[in-house]
Amino acid sequence: MQTPAPVEYERAASVDDAIALLERHGPEARLIAGGHSLLPMMKLRLARPDVLIDINDLAEELAYVRIDGDDLCIGAMTRHRELLESPVAGEHYRILHDAERVIADPVVRNRGTVGGSICQADPSEDLSAVFATLGARAVIRSSSGTRVVAMDDFHLGAYTTAVGPAEILLEVRVPIRTGCGSAYEKVERRAGDWAVVAVGALVCLDGDRITDAGVGLAAVGAEHFRSPAAEEILRGAEPSEATFDAAAVAASADCDPQSDQRGPADYKRHLAGELTRRALRRATARARGQEG
Amino acid sequence: MQVTMTVNGDEVAREIEPRLLLVHFIREELGLTGTHWGCDTSNCGTCVVWMDDEPVKSCTVLAAMAHGHRIRTVEDLERAGGLDPVQQGFMDEHGLQCGFCTPGMMMTARWLLDRDPDPDEATIREAISGQICRCTGYENIVRAVRWAAEHPATSEVHA
Repeated sequence: MQTPAPVEYERAASVDDAIALLERHGPEARLIAGGHSLLPMMKLRLARPDVLIDINDLAEELAYVRIDGDDLCIGAMTRHRELLESPVAGEHYRILHDAERVIADPVVRNRGTVGGSICQADPSEDLSAVFATLGARAVIRSSSGTRVVAMDDFHLGAYTTAVGPAEILLEVRVPIRTGCGSAYEKVERRAGDWAVVAVGALVCLDGDRITDAGVGLAAVGAEHFRSPAAEEILRGAEPSEATFDAAAVAASADCDPQSDQRGPADYKRHLAGELTRRALRRATARARGQEG
Repeated sequence: MQVTMTVNGDEVAREIEPRLLLVHFIREELGLTGTHWGCDTSNCGTCVVWMDDEPVKSCTVLAAMAHGHRIRTVEDLERAGGLDPVQQGFMDEHGLQCGFCTPGMMMTARWLLDRDPDPDEATIREAISGQICRCTGYENIVRAVRWAAEHPATSEVHA
C-alpha cells in the first residue's frame, strides 16, 4: 500500500493567501493543485513536504484560457481537459490540442493542471516542450510582486523551475502570431504513458519563407526542452523536405537521450529526428491553412 | 483534521489524517467497498469516483481535498431499485469477468454518456483509456457502454 508520509494540510482561499501560507510554513511547504504529479512522488517518498497548501479553491482566479492583448493566456489552475476543450486555444495553436490529447488519460486530465505539470518539470513532460516550442512566458508572483520569465529561464533542469519556495505560478502567456502553424508528435508505449520521445514544432510563414520557428523536445534531455540549432536552420529557409531533414538532423544531435525502460538512447535520438520531420510537415501544412 | 463532504447525496463528517487518500476514506471510513483500490499509481482506474460531477482517480486525491465537495460512487448508480443502463449493459453484454475494474469503468461510462449520449466505439475506447481490464479485453466493455447508449430510457431517474 502506497501512502504519503504524514503531512499537514492547509487550504488557500486566494493567491495572496497561498503566498502568505508559503511564507509562514517555509521551504518544506508545497502547493498542491491537481496532485497527479505530487501525490505519486509523495507516495514514493521522492517528495516529502511538511505541509501541503491546497490551491484548488483558486480555480476561479486561475483557471482560464483567454486572449489578453497580444497573448493567449492560460491560467495555472486550468485543468488539462479545459485546455483540450478550449476553442480559443485550438484556434491559435493546434499544438496545444495535439499535446493535450495525449497527456495522461481522460480521467487524469479532469484533475491535473497546466501549472502543476510545468512546475513539476519532469524531463518527459509534454507541456514544457510545447511552451518551449511556442516561446511562452511564465508569470510568477511572490509577496514582493509579479515577474515574467521566458521559458528558457523557467526550466532550470529536471524537476527544477524558476518558481521560488514562496512563489506561485499565475499563468503562461503565449504570444499570438499570424501566419503560423503548430503541431505535436509523440511516441508512447501505451495510451496515457509518458513520451518515449515527443517533438513540438512551430512554423511561421511569409509566402515561401519561414520567418520564425520553434522546435521543442520532450524526454530526450534537451536543454530547456528546445533545439536552438534546428530553429536556426529553419529561420529564413524555404519550408521544403530538405530543410526539414536538416532541422531533423540538428534536433537529433541537439539532445542527450538516456537509455531506460522506454528505449535505448540511439532509438530515442532517431525518434527525435523523425518526429521533428513529421511535426514540421504538419505545422507547415497548418500554417498554409491545409488540414493536417 | 475534520472533513465534511457529500457522498452519494448524504453529508458525512469524519476526523482523519491529512494524508488519507480518498479511496481509503470511501472504503474504510464509510464502508463503501464498491469503489475498488487497485494500482495506487493512477494507472488502473478501478478507483474512479465522481468529484463534483467529474470522474477522478480517488487513489490520487486526498480525502482532505474533497472537503466541501460532492462525491458519487458506484453505489449511487442504482436508483429506486432499478439498475442504471450502464449496469444493465455490463450484465447483458458480459462486460465483466472478475469484476475488479467494473466500478471504475461504469462511473466513467456514465459520465461519458451524460456528455455524449451516442458515442462511437473510438470515443468509448478513448474515454476508458486510463482504465485497465485484465479479463475481457475491452470488447465486451465497449459493447456494454454501447448497449447503455442504445437503451437510455431507463435512465430517466438520473438528475
